[in-house]
Amino acid sequence: MSSQTAPPPVPAPPLTPAPPRASAAPGRRHRTALNAAGFLAPFGLLFAAMMLAPIGYAIYQSFFTVRREGLFGGAQTTRFAGFDNFLDALHDADFTASLGRVALLGVVQVPVMLGLALALALLLDSRSARFKKTFRLTFFLPYALPGAIAAVMWSFLLVKDISPFTGPLSALGIHTDFLSAGWIPVSIGNMITWGWTGYNMLIIYSALQAVPGEVIEAATLDNCTGWRLAWYVKIPLVRAALVLTTVFSVIGTAQLYTEPAVLAAARIPGASSKFSPIMNTTLNASQANPNLAAAESVLLALVTLVLSFGVLKFAQRRMADA
Amino acid sequence: MTTSRGPMATRSPLPARLVVNALLGLMTLYTLVPLWWLFVSATKGEGYLYRGSPLWFSHFDLGGNLSRVFSFQDGAFSSWLANSALYSLLGAAVSTLLSVMAGFALAKYRFRGREAIFNVILASVLIPAPMFALPLFLMLAKLQLTDTYWAVLLPSFVSPFGVYLSRIYASASVPDELLEAARMDGAGEQRAFFRIALPVMTPALVTVFLFQFVSVWNNYLLPALMLNEASKLPVTVGLVQWRSEFANGVPPMLPITGAFVSLVPLLIAFVSLQRFWRSGLTAGAVK
Repeated sequence: MSSQTAPPPVPAPPLTPAPPRASAAPGRRHRTALNAAGFLAPFGLLFAAMMLAPIGYAIYQSFFTVRREGLFGGAQTTRFAGFDNFLDALHDADFTASLGRVALLGVVQVPVMLGLALALALLLDSRSARFKKTFRLTFFLPYALPGAIAAVMWSFLLVKDISPFTGPLSALGIHTDFLSAGWIPVSIGNMITWGWTGYNMLIIYSALQAVPGEVIEAATLDNCTGWRLAWYVKIPLVRAALVLTTVFSVIGTAQLYTEPAVLAAARIPGASSKFSPIMNTTLNASQANPNLAAAESVLLALVTLVLSFGVLKFAQRRMADA
Repeated sequence: MTTSRGPMATRSPLPARLVVNALLGLMTLYTLVPLWWLFVSATKGEGYLYRGSPLWFSHFDLGGNLSRVFSFQDGAFSSWLANSALYSLLGAAVSTLLSVMAGFALAKYRFRGREAIFNVILASVLIPAPMFALPLFLMLAKLQLTDTYWAVLLPSFVSPFGVYLSRIYASASVPDELLEAARMDGAGEQRAFFRIALPVMTPALVTVFLFQFVSVWNNYLLPALMLNEASKLPVTVGLVQWRSEFANGVPPMLPITGAFVSLVPLLIAFVSLQRFWRSGLTAGAVK
């Protein structure tokens, strides 16, 4: 999830009263559109070339297939394949297995990470917390670390013979090798949790800070304090921040690449080069089946979109019910 | 930050304070132990990584490790750092300018199709970046643009979220009257933008720049796909390559010390620019 393209939350614009809009005179509309186009064009051209075109290209490619005439480098023909590539993708055992693996990872890791982030934000927001600034900065530190470099660090840190965790755990009677095949999903979940808990905590904490003091005061006067204050007053008030962090985390999990790719590159024996869906698509693309890779990319994008919209809709319904 | 919460500044009971701060302390340990391990390991003499306590110094040789990191493979490491700096600085600078221009146009001009354009840009924020990376690689490969600086720079120039942010900020903070007054005084549209709107939008500019900088600096998939030649790699891809060549004679101290060194500039930037991060992130989740 170091590849989580965490969009920065919006800085609050200074509050100026919205000025009444002067309705554009008809004669000026043409000039206005031209001026706007001048400012939009540089971004628009690059956006079309770097984002819209690749999506279009992937969709186009996913419906075609390349056939070689003859066995030895005969002429290539491209023909329309309908949904064949998508059927192949669903029959690609490596791809579907990676979808299931990453879904399972997300189902466990996302609630753990966000639960932790929420708990930390509430603790930091409580009256009892000291050194708030230091704690906040410390928790946010891993965000400054490129996920790939953090993964290189963990790929040594979790090696049985040098890990500082092996000793204490074996004293507790737990003998594990965090880089064995069975433990690798746990280790990857740990890397993501380490890297992103602070980021998510800060988003939730900021929402908590925006809760008006009077609300908390009123609740306190009603003898609602401690964990009850957190559960009944604060958490419902930061639901929007929780939804936001959930959507980012779901997208981040679906596009998991860096952490398992680094472990595979480091030739950790238990690490698979087909761990996540994106690893499979890049592998297929490099193994001369770009059409299958394109179909798998499109499928993955669809699944991600459905999931993130699903979370949003579900949250909206819940909020409407409440 | 600490909003005054009324006169109820009574201290909470001692057990509550102990428990809360102990829990926060535990999380601090979880966050810092790996970084401490990295620092300690980067100082250990060749061959001492596997001996002694993993969390304490032995055979201190940070200087030797540093000189080996910077001299190995004809100084590849310094060129990776320079490449990372180039990709992130240039990428963030150009994308900030383009985003602010586009956001300004979408906020301050009324024209047909404006909302449609804005919605397409917004929708692309929800589509994960790695979805573009692979098809983009296949496209650029056909244009023979892969393995060039442009293959990493061009995609870094595009930040749809920057446009979204700039638009929101421009429509709330740049008054129409101000632009209108500038036009009355005979300023052209460009002059009105650069002299009037841009200064007002500085906070948004800083936020867009910082977040794009970090996202390019941290990127791994895109440069890993696009680049082959060692001299063009950013530090993320380079270090992973060293890690994978571990078996082929790259000593483990190199990626470990390299990882530590590559963190230092960002940590310094991070702590010193804290104010901007806060204003970007904190004000963010309010709505």
